[in-house]
Amino acid sequence: MSDHIVPIRTYFVIFMTLLIFTLITVGVALVDLGRFNVVVALAIAGIKATLVVLFFMHVRWSSPLTKIFIAASLFWLAILLGFTAADYISRAWTPLGLSW
Amino acid sequence: MSTVPVEPVVEAPRNYLNASYGVKSWLLTTDHKRIALLYLVTITILFFLGGAFAVMIRLELATPQGDLMTPDTYNKMFTLHGIIMVFFFLVPSIPATLGNFLVPMMIGARDMAFPRINLLSWYVLTIGAVISISAAVMGGVDTGWTFYTPYSTTYSNTYVTLMAVGIFIAGFSSILTGLNFIVTIHTMRAPGLTWFRMPLFIWSHYATAIIIMLGTPVIAITLLLVGAERTLKLGIFDPALGGDPILFQHLFWFYSHPAVYIMVLPAMGVVSELITCFSRKRIFGYSFVALSSVAIAILSFLVWGHHLFVSGQSVYAGMIFSLLSFMVAVPSAIKVFNWTATLYRGSISYDTPMLYAFGFIGLFTIGGLTGLFVATMAIDLHVHDTYFIIAHFHYIMVGGTVMAYMGGLHYWWPKMTGRMYPEGWAKFSALVLFVGFNLTFFPQFILGYLGMPRRYYAYPEEFQVLNVMSSAGATILGVGYLIPLVYLFWSMRYGERASSNPWGATSLEWQTPSPPPTENFTVTPVVTEEAYTYSHEAPEHV
Repeated sequence: MSDHIVPIRTYFVIFMTLLIFTLITVGVALVDLGRFNVVVALAIAGIKATLVVLFFMHVRWSSPLTKIFIAASLFWLAILLGFTAADYISRAWTPLGLSW
Repeated sequence: MSTVPVEPVVEAPRNYLNASYGVKSWLLTTDHKRIALLYLVTITILFFLGGAFAVMIRLELATPQGDLMTPDTYNKMFTLHGIIMVFFFLVPSIPATLGNFLVPMMIGARDMAFPRINLLSWYVLTIGAVISISAAVMGGVDTGWTFYTPYSTTYSNTYVTLMAVGIFIAGFSSILTGLNFIVTIHTMRAPGLTWFRMPLFIWSHYATAIIIMLGTPVIAITLLLVGAERTLKLGIFDPALGGDPILFQHLFWFYSHPAVYIMVLPAMGVVSELITCFSRKRIFGYSFVALSSVAIAILSFLVWGHHLFVSGQSVYAGMIFSLLSFMVAVPSAIKVFNWTATLYRGSISYDTPMLYAFGFIGLFTIGGLTGLFVATMAIDLHVHDTYFIIAHFHYIMVGGTVMAYMGGLHYWWPKMTGRMYPEGWAKFSALVLFVGFNLTFFPQFILGYLGMPRRYYAYPEEFQVLNVMSSAGATILGVGYLIPLVYLFWSMRYGERASSNPWGATSLEWQTPSPPPTENFTVTPVVTEEAYTYSHEAPEHV
């Protein structure tokens, strides 16, 4: 719940973890992994965002209702990205020169 | 010895209006009712400002040739009209005024969950409005309210970034209000007020708050990206920089289509209250009407691609968006059918709020059905970016939302001010508005179908008759808005005193004096029955 008291040590550990992930992001950017550069960068960013939401925003100790709202917002983000991607993926399916 | 008779001093009962006096007591208030009035004043000013730009548009279009202003000025006029009306009037209109005033009262609470955040939301909106108006005064914006790229990011030499900043800030006002509604409705309902005993006004505001919370951050980040591309040359939307202009349209409409439901869902909540009260009946199919609001909130996020049928979006994505757009009509139709079924065998009275509710149902139905036309890809190809679209969305936004807003304002005016409005004038102005609205916008359906594009300041001569009809209608519409402005002001001082429940309504806000005390209820109400337990008796009136 919101009155949960988190020890400073936990905040410090999470903060250091975020810094380490930031350094990894910079390091990976210097290595050519082809298209996987983006995948790794986004994966690290996702982990960092999750840590912030769980610990700094106290969601780990929040009520199920708060967690439902967080899950709903992620689901909505998936809708935004998924439907937009559906357009980009299927644009090439229409043969060139096809008239209406 | 003679005595001078002393007039007895009768003190008015303490209420939220006379609890304290002075500018500071208003500007620093955390009372949701006073904040609602602050919003009411602000958005009324913005409404008439947005209306002034519409006057310029209709004056220019009274003649086929461009003779009143330059094309550039015309572009700025329709842009400013759209921006002010959409972002600074329609989005906050019902939630920020009627919603702010009524959500706590209808659920038997003393205030919102976060009263200070509530006040902050008004300041945020005001700051956003001042910045946007500054952009207008400094030279305006000519992109249209839609800010389509790459024009807005690369080519426009107007104050796009400043305007985007104003809208970005105003968006946070929406988010704060939405947050307050969700938490208040979840946590502050009176004892006995279960979810399925809540008035439908509350359900619709809950659904609206969900849309606000999920959608508004996307428009905020989108406008931020437009600003970043203009100033930092970040390649997001400009193909020359590696971006994609259609990505902007995806992001923009992900918010801006659901935004239509931010505008119309609260209106539907108002209409549910009006229809039940003035037909003295419980709503037909309560749970269907309640849950259709939630269904609209969810489905509204799945249809945005119907704005992109001719923009280069994949045909296959278009087909899916078209199908989903048809689906969103289902919960909307459930509401319209259920309101109609509620009227059946009701004891109907034709007071002003009910006239507006009738206006809403008819005009929203026309707007909704023409929405099905434009959700059909083949028809949209013909009418896209024509006056057909203008007519369609004005039937939803003005015919729907503004009609319900006016109806709600009249219905709750006695509660807000403790005074009745003059019924004769109110009925007359409702009629004037209905006639003016239809004369303004129905010809635009025909104009659009015949091929007149939107956003042009000149047109072929054969379109003049319909355009003159539209401009004449706009004049009548303007008068229809000015009359209530005058008599509502007048009634605040001279109107008949209102009883606590002049309409004989059943929801909790009517169980407390008019105007209510600052704490809303002297004793926390306990709810023991479902909403709308009306008998067939006629309302007692004042």
